Amino acid sequence: MEHIELFFKSIFIDNMVFAVFLGMCSYLAVSKKVSTAVGLGAAVIFVLAITVPLNWLLDQYLLQPGALAWLDPKYGVNGSETMDLSFLSFIMFIATIATMVQLVEIVVEKFSPSLYNSLGIFLPLIAVNCAILGGSLFMQSREIPTFGLALNYGVSSGIGWFLAILAIAAIREKIRYSNVPPALRGLGITFIITGLMGIGFLSFGGMLTGGEEEYEVEKTAKIIDTAKETKENELANNIKVNE
Amino acid sequence: MGLLSKKDTALITDPLTDNNPITIQVLGICSALAITAELKASLVMGIAVLFVLGVGNVVISLMRNIIPSKIRIIVQLIVVASLVIIVDQVLKAFAYELSKTLSVFVGLIITNCIIMGRFEAFALGNGPWRSFLDGIGNALGYAVILIIVGFFRELLGSGTLFGIPVLGDSIEKTGVYAFGYENNGFMLMPPMALIVVGIIIWVQRSRNKALIED
Repeated sequence: MEHIELFFKSIFIDNMVFAVFLGMCSYLAVSKKVSTAVGLGAAVIFVLAITVPLNWLLDQYLLQPGALAWLDPKYGVNGSETMDLSFLSFIMFIATIATMVQLVEIVVEKFSPSLYNSLGIFLPLIAVNCAILGGSLFMQSREIPTFGLALNYGVSSGIGWFLAILAIAAIREKIRYSNVPPALRGLGITFIITGLMGIGFLSFGGMLTGGEEEYEVEKTAKIIDTAKETKENELANNIKVNE
Repeated sequence: MGLLSKKDTALITDPLTDNNPITIQVLGICSALAITAELKASLVMGIAVLFVLGVGNVVISLMRNIIPSKIRIIVQLIVVASLVIIVDQVLKAFAYELSKTLSVFVGLIITNCIIMGRFEAFALGNGPWRSFLDGIGNALGYAVILIIVGFFRELLGSGTLFGIPVLGDSIEKTGVYAFGYENNGFMLMPPMALIVVGIIIWVQRSRNKALIED
């Protein structure tokens, strides 16, 4: 259940582009044609699906406070108490991403030339795509508990990004036939359309947890009320007893 | 100015207007827009980028002859990442609340396209002093847009600037609120940042017709 929830949440509610503006540079630069947008989007899903779980492992077993507990104390490091290496996470994450991108490029070129032809040119672009590093950093700050969920988060936020770039590319292909004010042409109108799409995506906010939260608030309110009542009753009883 | 020749001055002033990194070169939007709901956060983000870009440009420029071109992206990323770690630690030490607000977006300075873009386009081919000026200029151009967006979003969204109420008290109905003015909470939503930047681009391109795309 939590897998399904996280999946839809990362695609629609916390959409990489519309909710947190990650990967905007390539989103704006490569969205002029649908075919190239599909290529880049697929590459982003691919790389996120690899790097987020990898960085999750790094975070769990190396960087978090107390993450070095698996290390034998004979190495002179009592990891479970003292070590907090989380300040290194930026450099570790970006190094992982850069090397993985390079590695993926080599492997794909070797084993699947046809995939390389469609994804290859985008892979170097991706090392510096904010969406990739952002995926890992959000994974860390949201404290995703298991490896499976981290994999899920990587794939689904990649799909969310894919969806966004596909949509804007389709709109930009059509908008060429519209009469946009000259000063807004190109970049300006793309910004405003993205803003409007973002407003549309805000409406997904109530999709998953909205109802439950209200229910919880009601429940706690009731508990507090009943607690108050019993206290008042007790007080009244006490007064009677005193009399 | 004795220190700056005319060409050097242009390195600083160009990015502020007609070669602005955000509105013209379309770089560095990634980490910029999400934090502009408050003016203070925008200002700090601007300063952070100023530091990282200024110092990073000098470092890359000094190393430009010894970096093998095949692995230059990784080298650049490591340099930026180290500088960003410094910024992050300083923020955590001296402005903890603010570093909570900025959350992951400090880390995302690493992949800010402005920084990689300036390294590639300028620092790899120019000396340290000119690279430094170029870095400062571009970071200022970035900060200016951030501050404009932050100004309008905070003013219209919550009626404050730097957290200080400037339009009167919205609860006791003083100042402009006495005339029935209401804060537009929508300005604090993420999509409005995009629309505000879109409007800035619109204004800038209507003033300078040479920038219009076809």
